[in-house]
Amino acid sequence: MLIFHLDPLASSLFSLLAILALVLSFVMLGSHWLKNHVYAFAAESWVIAAISAAIGFYGHYPELYLIAALSALFRGTLLPYLVLRLVRRLNISREFTPLLKPSSSMLLGAVMVIFSYEVARRLGIALNLVDNIAVLALTCMFSLKLIGFLMMILRSEAISHILGLLVIENGIFLGSQIIVPGMPALLELVIIFDLVTIVMAFGMLVRYLQSHAGTTSSRGLQKLVG
Amino acid sequence: MVNFDALIAALWTVPSAAIVAILAIRRPRWGEFLNLLSAFIVFALTLAILVAAPDAAWVGGSQYLLLTPLGAWVLFCVGVVYLLASIYAIGYMRLLPEEEPRLHKFYALQAGFALTMLVAPLMNNPGIFWIAIDFTTIVSAFLVGFEREAECIEAAWKYLIVVSAGLALALLGIILFYWGGTFSLGPTYALTWANLRATAPKVPETLLFFSFLLTLVGFGTKVGLAPMHTWLPDAHSEGPAPASAMLSGALLNIALLGIYRFLAIVDAGGYGGIGHTALLVLGVFSLAVAGLFIVRQDGAKRMLAYSSLEHMGVLAIGFGFGGPLAFAGALYHMLNHSLTKSLMFFGAGNMMRAYGTKFMSQMRRVLRYYPFSGGIWLLGAVAITGAPPFGLFLSELTILRGGILSANPWAVWVMAALLILIFTAFLNHFRRMIWGPEPEPGATPSLRLSAWNILPMLLAFVPILVLGLWWPNGLWTFFAAAFRVAP
Repeated sequence: MLIFHLDPLASSLFSLLAILALVLSFVMLGSHWLKNHVYAFAAESWVIAAISAAIGFYGHYPELYLIAALSALFRGTLLPYLVLRLVRRLNISREFTPLLKPSSSMLLGAVMVIFSYEVARRLGIALNLVDNIAVLALTCMFSLKLIGFLMMILRSEAISHILGLLVIENGIFLGSQIIVPGMPALLELVIIFDLVTIVMAFGMLVRYLQSHAGTTSSRGLQKLVG
Repeated sequence: MVNFDALIAALWTVPSAAIVAILAIRRPRWGEFLNLLSAFIVFALTLAILVAAPDAAWVGGSQYLLLTPLGAWVLFCVGVVYLLASIYAIGYMRLLPEEEPRLHKFYALQAGFALTMLVAPLMNNPGIFWIAIDFTTIVSAFLVGFEREAECIEAAWKYLIVVSAGLALALLGIILFYWGGTFSLGPTYALTWANLRATAPKVPETLLFFSFLLTLVGFGTKVGLAPMHTWLPDAHSEGPAPASAMLSGALLNIALLGIYRFLAIVDAGGYGGIGHTALLVLGVFSLAVAGLFIVRQDGAKRMLAYSSLEHMGVLAIGFGFGGPLAFAGALYHMLNHSLTKSLMFFGAGNMMRAYGTKFMSQMRRVLRYYPFSGGIWLLGAVAITGAPPFGLFLSELTILRGGILSANPWAVWVMAALLILIFTAFLNHFRRMIWGPEPEPGATPSLRLSAWNILPMLLAFVPILVLGLWWPNGLWTFFAAAFRVAP
């Protein structure tokens, strides 16, 4: 298995890239401008594409080059383009009613990372992988997941919710590249396709929200309770 | 030997062809007809698959297809609800003249929704199963938002965002399951249910149970188990009534099938006890939440949505108890719930159109104005609360009996108490609608319901009565066989 016999250079490269992806998610937490979120998300997707390519190179999985290219194309280019277009069409440039200030959100994000590390460490102990890169991969995977949820909870704009979901998906993708690089490539291809479909569905619904419900903020969507 | 490849190919081709034809012709009447035709054929095919269902798991289509008795049963429930909902859709959608120009889109979406539900249970790869479930969400969100009113769009949005976020957790769980397998099978192996079960005994308990909890919460969101149920009452109450019936009666079962398959993996790993208990606790909690919300509910379809939450709780408890008796009860409950809940949504749709409101406090003296369809609706309400002589009574009783000898007998008493609470609360709402105050002058309903509105209720009512009086012996043997085969 790849994670058991990595040379130190590859190991530090993967760690660097994974942590870069994690830092980019903090960029998203630390800003309320939607455009910044989209750019940070795009950068994060490119970093993850680089991870795929690096793993393809060091682990001798040629199909990962294809995944890396598609990941850069779809996650790194097409999805940000679709979301940016949505931002322009809805004419919303920033988050107006966040629950917390950027600094507090980032602090909460840090707590999430620590929690993720603790979970990953325990899994690592159970699997005898304490000093392995797998622990880092799991930490990043869970952190991105929790930070994505945090973005969805703390922010009310529909677009922030879409981006939160995309961050969660990025986290899963990042982790799965490192811990299960041999997973059938077909599945990853279909998931990318599924993601594009779901973002387009979100886009259509957000525009209906604006035209029929008059708001795209979850603070304004309070009709259905109880 | 039955050629399942051909049957499954036909099962998917029919609705696909219907979608293409409906979108090409773009006439509402043709849409009705083609969708109904597709539903008839799908029903016949699911019945054929159920009758011919193999005693062991059948794997085909270059390892991508899996047919198990349990899967065939879930498919049959989809076929039944799709047929009933397609008949009812004709009557219901004709009551919405303003949607006439877009009606063909509704029927295309309905056939598409049925198609995604016919794909998911047959997937041998848990990852692809996850994607199929995701597609059911996307298609049905547009059905929920079909009427384009503010509430509908809000419900559709909430549905899509909550369920996608939940399903993302399930995907993480699937990847961790796969990771667990790589320690014994090597870095690359085929991701199938059977492989995950085979490797489970060699996976450390922490990882196995952690993966299971993620899939339980993820697919539990889709099933609508509390506390992940927040989208369910909105989505089920705001869509058009035929769509609500399909969401409640068919879709929830499929997500539950996924949970049961993951539970089987944990079982195979030897840590099933704690997995069963986790499912059981979620089921009991769902039942409690549903009971409390039903007591004070006024929206007719919202109450039915909480009732779906209740019945998914009952099913989760049935599967959580484990053992052949509770399992048989849960399977029987699945079909009975699909039939009864369709009937209830059809009745609610009729009354909402007739009284022009979605609130039960405004639907007064139902039996005087609609003695026949209102009467069936009332009988359906008695059935859905689990009273004899209807099918749900038998199945709930069987689950309770199965639970007494399980590892968690406490849940039997909690479940029984909550079912009594729900019985009282649910029928109290019907008492108010039937014997409550007179309608205000000028608010008396004058809508004439067509045969299309009433026939599907009758078609659902007859089987739940028959299944309540007579549990066919063939079904016992089928459930026993389904219990022995890996799901």
